[in-house]
Amino acid sequence: MNIDKGVSDRQGGGPAARLPADGGSKARSGLGQRGPGSPIEFRLDPASGVPTYLQLVHQVEHALRLGYLKPGDQLPKVRDVVALLAINPNTVLKAYKELETKGLAAGRPGQGTFVQATLSQVALPELTALRRSLLGWLTAADGAGLDEDGIVALFASALRDFHERRGGPADRGAGGETEHIA
Amino acid sequence: MNIVEASGLGKRYGSTWALRDCTLAIPAGHVAALVGPNGAGKTTLLNLAVGLAAPTAGAVTVLGGRPAGSPAALDGIAFVAQDTPLYKNLSAADMLHLTRNLNRRFDQHYARARLAELGVPLKRKAGRLSGGQQAQLALTLALARRPRLLVLDEPVAMLDPIARHDFMASVLMAMADDGVSVLLSSHVLAELERVADYLILLSQGRVQLAGEVDDLLASHRMLTGPAAEVGQYARRPVVRLRRGEAQAHLLIRATLDDPIPPGWEAHPVGLEELALAYLREPGVAALPGPARSRYAEPSEVTK
Repeated sequence: MNIDKGVSDRQGGGPAARLPADGGSKARSGLGQRGPGSPIEFRLDPASGVPTYLQLVHQVEHALRLGYLKPGDQLPKVRDVVALLAINPNTVLKAYKELETKGLAAGRPGQGTFVQATLSQVALPELTALRRSLLGWLTAADGAGLDEDGIVALFASALRDFHERRGGPADRGAGGETEHIA
Repeated sequence: MNIVEASGLGKRYGSTWALRDCTLAIPAGHVAALVGPNGAGKTTLLNLAVGLAAPTAGAVTVLGGRPAGSPAALDGIAFVAQDTPLYKNLSAADMLHLTRNLNRRFDQHYARARLAELGVPLKRKAGRLSGGQQAQLALTLALARRPRLLVLDEPVAMLDPIARHDFMASVLMAMADDGVSVLLSSHVLAELERVADYLILLSQGRVQLAGEVDDLLASHRMLTGPAAEVGQYARRPVVRLRRGEAQAHLLIRATLDDPIPPGWEAHPVGLEELALAYLREPGVAALPGPARSRYAEPSEVTK
């Protein structure tokens, strides 16, 4: 039988028919079928204890900060995220709604969700330069005998000093997921 | 619309109640997970909902008020029973043919395209397909009936991790594409967190907890603090207490706004942690009304 014909027939068949049109060529991985892409792809960390929709939100924000995502870029389509991660579509929708509430993304009917604002304060070339000088500093710290925990502690402490000297609000930094309610 | 609605539903086999006083309303548009130990009544509830068994007490309707088992209900429901029942000596193509002739509505194009996409060979006998392919074949036969509600009894229990992932992805894509609502029973708590957004906990034939996962998680907190001060929580809705000599963990029903005394920490709980805590305390029911109904129920329902 002609399978590809079956697929294309279905595609003309109505709004519910949205099987990928490349028939058997993708075989099992056809489940991970991707549209014309988004610059990023999601992953899940089951051990993090962070709710799934928040993990997606954080990953978009992270990508915005680092310049992987720019205004106008498309976020992964809901269907693609569902296929890739086997998560509930409502979870993806909730994450995108949260990003819309934050003003970072906007839905376009029939097309998907697109980045609307940026979180990165500096452009990609500057980021690259800053990263390079940070790597130099890390090499020096490593040479002086600091281990990773020591480096993180020193950086956090220096950042705190920096904020205090500027008199700005002491940034709480990337806090843990624990809520302390007192 | 409620996809499944039960009031006072009960089923007795001989002198044993497999399910009783079951009252719940599952709204459409969710993946609802039915969780509970063996013999809790999961399969009984599913069989009642799809019309394979008749209730001893109460009533159950599906798809917005259609009596379970009625032609109108059967048209909109597809059911995949435990252990993916297929005729092992029939080929996948034969199974398609058979299912098409046994059902009023069957989307042949969809079924064939889907099996091709998944690489399931049509000519091979169903019994010779891999476990994952058998599960996908059974799911395809169910989805090709274009149901509004898909009911799955322990769908992934027998599958390896990759087949399990692909199977759940298929189910969830049917939901994303066609808006199918899903009701499934499962033992695999760890995976439910990603899949289910509605939870029904069954214990000893009764509904112990039911609700949207987000609401359930938002209304429970794990408190950690000095064991000596546990007494002050005696009047709070404690689900489960674990205490060491110095430190205690209390799972309580509380929201972010509830005050936590100094010296105590409040942590959010995950779905697995929450479900396990309730299942270990079968006397605690969270819905409706306050918890702490700590009467001991004779465990007359065992498998």
